[in-house]
Amino acid sequence: MTEVADRTARYVAAFEAFARNGASGAPEWLRELRRGAIARFAELGFPTTKQEEWRFTSVAPIAEAEFTLAHAPRSQLPAPSDIERLCVGAGPRVVFVDGRHAPSLSTPADLAAGVRAGSLASALRTDAGSGLARAHLARHARWRDSAFAALNTAFLADGAFVHVPANTTLASPLEVVFLSTGRAGSDGPIVSHPRSLIVVERGARAAVVETYAALSDGVYWSNAVTEVVVGEGASAELYRVQQEGPDSFQVGTTHSRQERDSYLALHVLTLGAALARHDINAVLDGPGAELILNGLYLLGGAQHADHHTVIDHAQPHCASHEFFNGVLAERAHGVFNGRIIVRPGAQRTDSKQTNNNLLLSTEARADSQPQLEIYADDVKCTHGSTVGPIDQTQLYYLRSRGLSPEAARSILTYGFGAEILDRMRHPGVRDRLDRLVRARLGGA
Amino acid sequence: MSQHPLLQVKNLHASIEGREILTGVDLTVNTGEVHAIMGPNGSGKSTLAQVLAGHPAYAVTAGQVLYEGNDLLAMAPEVRAREGVFLAFQYPVAIRGITNAYFLRSAVNAIRKHRGAEELGPVEFMDALEEKLKVIGWDSSYLTRPVNEGFSGGEKKRNEILQLAVLDPKLAILDETDSGLDIDALKTVAKTVDKLRRPDNATVLVTHYYRILTHIEPDVVHVLAGGKIVKSGGKELALELEEKGYDWLREEAVVT
Repeated sequence: MTEVADRTARYVAAFEAFARNGASGAPEWLRELRRGAIARFAELGFPTTKQEEWRFTSVAPIAEAEFTLAHAPRSQLPAPSDIERLCVGAGPRVVFVDGRHAPSLSTPADLAAGVRAGSLASALRTDAGSGLARAHLARHARWRDSAFAALNTAFLADGAFVHVPANTTLASPLEVVFLSTGRAGSDGPIVSHPRSLIVVERGARAAVVETYAALSDGVYWSNAVTEVVVGEGASAELYRVQQEGPDSFQVGTTHSRQERDSYLALHVLTLGAALARHDINAVLDGPGAELILNGLYLLGGAQHADHHTVIDHAQPHCASHEFFNGVLAERAHGVFNGRIIVRPGAQRTDSKQTNNNLLLSTEARADSQPQLEIYADDVKCTHGSTVGPIDQTQLYYLRSRGLSPEAARSILTYGFGAEILDRMRHPGVRDRLDRLVRARLGGA
Repeated sequence: MSQHPLLQVKNLHASIEGREILTGVDLTVNTGEVHAIMGPNGSGKSTLAQVLAGHPAYAVTAGQVLYEGNDLLAMAPEVRAREGVFLAFQYPVAIRGITNAYFLRSAVNAIRKHRGAEELGPVEFMDALEEKLKVIGWDSSYLTRPVNEGFSGGEKKRNEILQLAVLDPKLAILDETDSGLDIDALKTVAKTVDKLRRPDNATVLVTHYYRILTHIEPDVVHVLAGGKIVKSGGKELALELEEKGYDWLREEAVVT
């Protein structure tokens, strides 16, 4: 028990130092929020596999390692050319290195039509930004239920702050890039806690690409939280591309809240990290809202990635369509848990969930768990999941058309990814992600 | 060009999961010919078609198949396809995520490469495809849809015929392509197959029904029963089967 308490004590001590130094300039409401969050983290502790939500994913490698809080890198920032490969185009971008804003790599925060896309830390320093942040920040993330979200909230300092005012359109996708140097500090490997807030107001339209990537192969931990708010009749697409380093740990939470008649598509591409856990908590909080959750995980080696999604139908006449595909090679382990809650009164809910897993080796493993909790009677909910190797009938069909077994396997594997990529609306983003998928699958 | 044997099946025995389905099939198909293979359900028609295409689940236990004088059974399914054998599946397979266009181009290029021809790029391929699409009465929207995914039964069959037209095989085997088609679709399929008839290729129509033979006139009609060909004749045999059914053949087979 002492040992377990020590694991959290280390972060509580780090918090005391953080509260004294780095974060003292924050407004009082934020300091209070952080204090509450570190207390909650200490209460919860790191989860164990005895907990239902963590049955298949042991975070012991994170809990047992001694991570120290990343400091703003003073030198050795990457060159702008180093990040080109991580971006889709020449549109606006906000870049962070080890969790801190890197203005030299970013475009100016103020975009056309009053759209703001910059750092949360600098937004908190202005009255308008602070007011907007206070209205939304930590209101959507259920940090009280999650040790990792609580820890992120305790160390909440910087991340992307995106504000698309009512009835405006963000012309090209905004790119938010979180880079990790992978450089250990003097006290060992580092952790960063990027915290992002994306507010797309009533009638606005926007697409945001959130990329997590490494600048080296070092050991580090990235513990990210993103909150997305989609206003009445607004339309938003969020792409989350996880290409963390091969020896890294990534824990991320995406929380979304949608108002009446809004549309949100959350696209997820998980390629990196030794151990990754991504929680999506999506709340359909106004009648007529529509949600697309569209994810793909491609894992190899000894990679482990766990996607936990909760879709909360809190209001009637909403639709959610969820598609997660996994391709697992070598000794990789993919976990998918999809929970759909239909609250009392959320009549005419239309919810569909599928999770298909392709196992490319006998040692690869996938665990798929749908969970439906339905408290309304006039709803349409379907779910299905598959886990298995390449389909022999499909393989034969392709061979009967002249394709070699290798080419046929490669096409069928790529099909698992292409099915997800095809739902991405923005052609430039889709093409970049398609290249990533093809590179990962090797010549498909 | 003079006629010569394209396909020679000799005393073919084949089984699946230890159960013998083909019990000694003999069949010769010459270039320029259309053969119809008819027979009751469970007689082995589809098995014969699948064994010729190389389905890995069937084991050939005896007999020989020569294609252009070469041992067809020694060839992998993809080699048979590249050498010009095409099977239109009775139950075409859906493939998620892969568009029809990509699938067709991959197949065409695999075959072209085998024949030493240059592979086609996406644009050249689309140009070549346009005409074939017209023949089966499709617009290009079918090309951007995933292979057979969400297609109706009739659309899947048309898609097989599109592949037939695009791949232009020497030996086309159509496994009950006519089943489940409405009359318009049937006419389209028949018209396409008829158009592809040349003195140097051949077609084997595996069918349960006489109907399609009113649109594609066969040179030879065979009756397959109990895993072997029990009767062969001209197109009038098909009409006789339509009128009398298959039972009289079984009796005849027992008597002789």
